Amino acid sequence: MEDIAIIGYAQSPSWRQADLTEPQFLFPVISDAIARAGIDRRDLGFTCAGSCDYLSGQTFAFVSNLEAVGAWPPISESHVEMDGAWALYEAWVRLQHGDIDLALAFGSGKSSPGDPAEIYPLQMDPYTITPLGADPVSLAALQARAMLDKGTLTEREMAETAARSRASAAGNPYAQVSGPSDVDALLREPYLTAPLRRHDLPPISDGACAVIMATADKARAVCERPVWIRGIDHRIEPHQPGMRDLTESLSTRQAGTHAGVGDKPVEVAELCATFSHQEKLLREALGLGDEVTVNPSGGPLAANPVMAVGLARIAEAARAISERGAQRAVAHATSGQCLQHNLVCVLEGG
Amino acid sequence: MSRPAAIVGIGQTKHKKRRDDVSLPGLVREAAQRALDDAELTWTDIDAAVLGKAPDPLEGVMMPELSMADALGAAGKPIMRVHTAGSVGGSTALVATHLVQTGVHDRVLTVAYEKQAEGNAQWGLAGGRSGGMGAGGIFAPWMRSYMARSGAPEHIGWMVAVKDRRNAAKNPYAHLQMPDLTIDDVKESPMLWDPIHWHESCPSSDGACAMVVTTEGGAARAPHPPAWVLASAMRSELGTFPGRDPVRPQAGVECAHMVYEAAGITDPRRQVDIAELYVPFSWYEPMWLEGHDIAGAGEGWRMVESGETQIDGSFPVNPSGGVLSSNPIGASGMLRFAEAAQQVRGRAGEHQVPDAKVGLGQAYGGAAQYFAMWVVGATLDAVDQKR
Repeated sequence: MEDIAIIGYAQSPSWRQADLTEPQFLFPVISDAIARAGIDRRDLGFTCAGSCDYLSGQTFAFVSNLEAVGAWPPISESHVEMDGAWALYEAWVRLQHGDIDLALAFGSGKSSPGDPAEIYPLQMDPYTITPLGADPVSLAALQARAMLDKGTLTEREMAETAARSRASAAGNPYAQVSGPSDVDALLREPYLTAPLRRHDLPPISDGACAVIMATADKARAVCERPVWIRGIDHRIEPHQPGMRDLTESLSTRQAGTHAGVGDKPVEVAELCATFSHQEKLLREALGLGDEVTVNPSGGPLAANPVMAVGLARIAEAARAISERGAQRAVAHATSGQCLQHNLVCVLEGG
Repeated sequence: MSRPAAIVGIGQTKHKKRRDDVSLPGLVREAAQRALDDAELTWTDIDAAVLGKAPDPLEGVMMPELSMADALGAAGKPIMRVHTAGSVGGSTALVATHLVQTGVHDRVLTVAYEKQAEGNAQWGLAGGRSGGMGAGGIFAPWMRSYMARSGAPEHIGWMVAVKDRRNAAKNPYAHLQMPDLTIDDVKESPMLWDPIHWHESCPSSDGACAMVVTTEGGAARAPHPPAWVLASAMRSELGTFPGRDPVRPQAGVECAHMVYEAAGITDPRRQVDIAELYVPFSWYEPMWLEGHDIAGAGEGWRMVESGETQIDGSFPVNPSGGVLSSNPIGASGMLRFAEAAQQVRGRAGEHQVPDAKVGLGQAYGGAAQYFAMWVVGATLDAVDQKR
């Protein structure tokens, strides 16, 4: 594969309820990413978006996001009904052709208008699971319970993950939930859906993220410290939660192997552990030891703009390299319930 | 890196108003299994899947690649879900093609579907709001504008409708089977959105389409002739702004010129043997002939009138019967791409255009603002042979 680099990225704050429409808060994010990359909007050879009609409660919601891109004169453009991380994947594939040298990927979503417990059951098998009203928190609770029963995790570890995420998020201006918290106090809180307490859940967020990528020559020409994509892969698992061992993430392991996570030491990992118990599970699937700094941004427990949160992991991993001096970082994105579909991206400095 | 990609397997379902005999995964598997059978491959031979469809609320299933992962044999593999409005079937095929051309994968299964009878497509196309005017309501004024601009007489639309329905009678997969439809039938059918009569509008269908994309090596091992992807492009523009020309959208013009240039086509009317264009309402045939510079300004409707776009004409358009005869929205674009490929493979059956070597597949969507196109050839030098 050709070397492709991330040369710019930007995010919106994560809001509980944005006062702006999706295209409105997306526009400055895309403009910011382009400005940081030091390129002209017109030089982008390909654009790919990730968003979800069901979050907006409107068919063709993604069409209005074109306003934020500035699609006049016409542009070469595509859209995935997936997290922006997969939009980045499609754009990365497009750049492999070598006939264009710059691409934009972005993800955006407003979760605030809807009720996740009503929307996400529609993501499940419509004949056998949707009618049960299987919502994300209940499914995540089943997964956490399976891990607790197996003895691979404790509720204290879950609370420690939540506390560490919030503490790390204090340094992240885009985060929604941050600040110090006492693990014992967290554990005294009542269960929301046992064994999950409120701190084990992500916030409901609105937000956007954009990333600019370039081919090798272009990246070196326009960027002082490009962040190289050394490997990227994604894998899905069977849909029925009962057909999977929920205490491990086989597809993350497969994607990590194909992306080359274990080829060299990893310093930082940005993991899309949307529920506290998933962080340990993902660490194990990716073979990340205690020396790896996980979610220095605070991760999804601090900011969870669905459809942008996976791409934000890639942007945050790139930030760890370009702004904080890390040499090698791993980013992870997920789709579906109980980590059904996972993407892993390995990033390195120059 | 860019290496040749070939289509070696094509399958589609029987398209119908309501496919109550299959579930959603059953529908996509019907098309996918036929594509695999055509390629003489099995599910385990496939490296990755790319799924496309129009808005999820049309069936009420959110991000269906998740619940269809098993049915698509994708467990343990990468799967993508594309959504670019009406052009999605075309864009989905292109995303799959790019995965092969760039060397990421060697054999990719791409599938597109819509099961419109599960929901209310008219409501869905109105943005999920009540009181919508439907797709025809958006496009009708642009057709009137085309007629005023080009001087096209009213009967051109009726001719397209009759041609496509008669072509569909040669296509066993087509939804509408109207071999005896006449100009008078079209003209006297109820007016839906002036100038679109009932018979000038697409149906609402349940259906799916699938293709297997592979490498030169894969094509050499395939049991049937491949279709080579000679060029591809996607182009989008904003749907509304002052000064936009929705009759001849710039994104459509540019998309066409991008594929012509990449394929080495200098005179599409002469060098393309058959075109499958996304014509959900009759008037879009002459509009795209001009909008993609196949015909000059005001010449598109004359091509229709003179019979050039008939299956035995000099520039056959939609020998399969087109969107006017089958419209499972998410699959409709891929059906255009697949039918163009079947023609250059010589495997179109009764609606085969003799000696078709270069085919054009096109899909559009949104407010005529999203475009996807490909040029396929019977050989890698099929266009060169026509210089």
